[in-house]
Amino acid sequence: MQKDMKILIVDDFATMRKVIRNLLKQVGYENILEAEDGVSALRVLKAQKVDLIISDWNMPNMTGFELLKAVRADADLGKTPFLMVTAEALQDNVVAAVKAGVSNYIVKPFTAEVLNEKISKIMEKLLTP
Amino acid sequence: MNVKFINPFLEGTVSVIKTMAFVEPRAGKPFLKRDSAAHGDVSGIIGLTGAAVGSVALSFSSGAILRIVSNMLGEEIKDMNGDIKDAVGELTNMVSGAARKRLEAEGYSIMAAIPTVVSGSKHSITHVLGGPSIIIPFEIDTGPFVIDVCLSEPGKR
Repeated sequence: MQKDMKILIVDDFATMRKVIRNLLKQVGYENILEAEDGVSALRVLKAQKVDLIISDWNMPNMTGFELLKAVRADADLGKTPFLMVTAEALQDNVVAAVKAGVSNYIVKPFTAEVLNEKISKIMEKLLTP
Repeated sequence: MNVKFINPFLEGTVSVIKTMAFVEPRAGKPFLKRDSAAHGDVSGIIGLTGAAVGSVALSFSSGAILRIVSNMLGEEIKDMNGDIKDAVGELTNMVSGAARKRLEAEGYSIMAAIPTVVSGSKHSITHVLGGPSIIIPFEIDTGPFVIDVCLSEPGKR
């Protein structure tokens, strides 16, 4: 697992961004960027290469689901791994996210170990031919 | 109020606080609340619709929330600042999500609105249904907090 990969955390709550950043640091990820909503996330993604997006679902301006669709529709960003964070695992939302091409999803609250496991699964899938 | 609604919120609260703040809250005996006074210094309130309608609030004493947020962020927070309000909104969202997940497993599909946060030593909680509500008290070493549940099944009030 590449611990130096660049991870973008997208969440409108600064506290939650800090929490996720701390959890990532606990499992060895230090190269972390932050954005407060989907619109600013797209700006960051256009400016630099990101290896993994960790985005909240519920955000103002552009939701995580809208960001996912925008990323998947973009020729340059389309294959960027995308981990969706939700406060609930409602079946309809999960199905919609899977259809839109989410790499995996994680339900809040979660531990550093669970987050690490989700990231590992995404990255393993990426390496599988 | 259907008592089936209480346990998912109790369990959801314990699970969220334990996972996010690494402390295990001790639950006290639930009781009925008939007024709008908040049992805490800062509260997050969230509206719910669907198989149950109403609202749920999480109210924290300053002692409890300062410890919870300090643990969440891995740094000592000493004042009731913006981080605290932010965290209370997020915790309310998570407790509601955790409880709704449990309720969904029992056949109750419930949607949530965006939480709002109110603070001040004598603030009030205005429930969507007006009240009364059920309070589940909790305690951690640095102070108490409560979850204040006012829910009803449509047509059964």
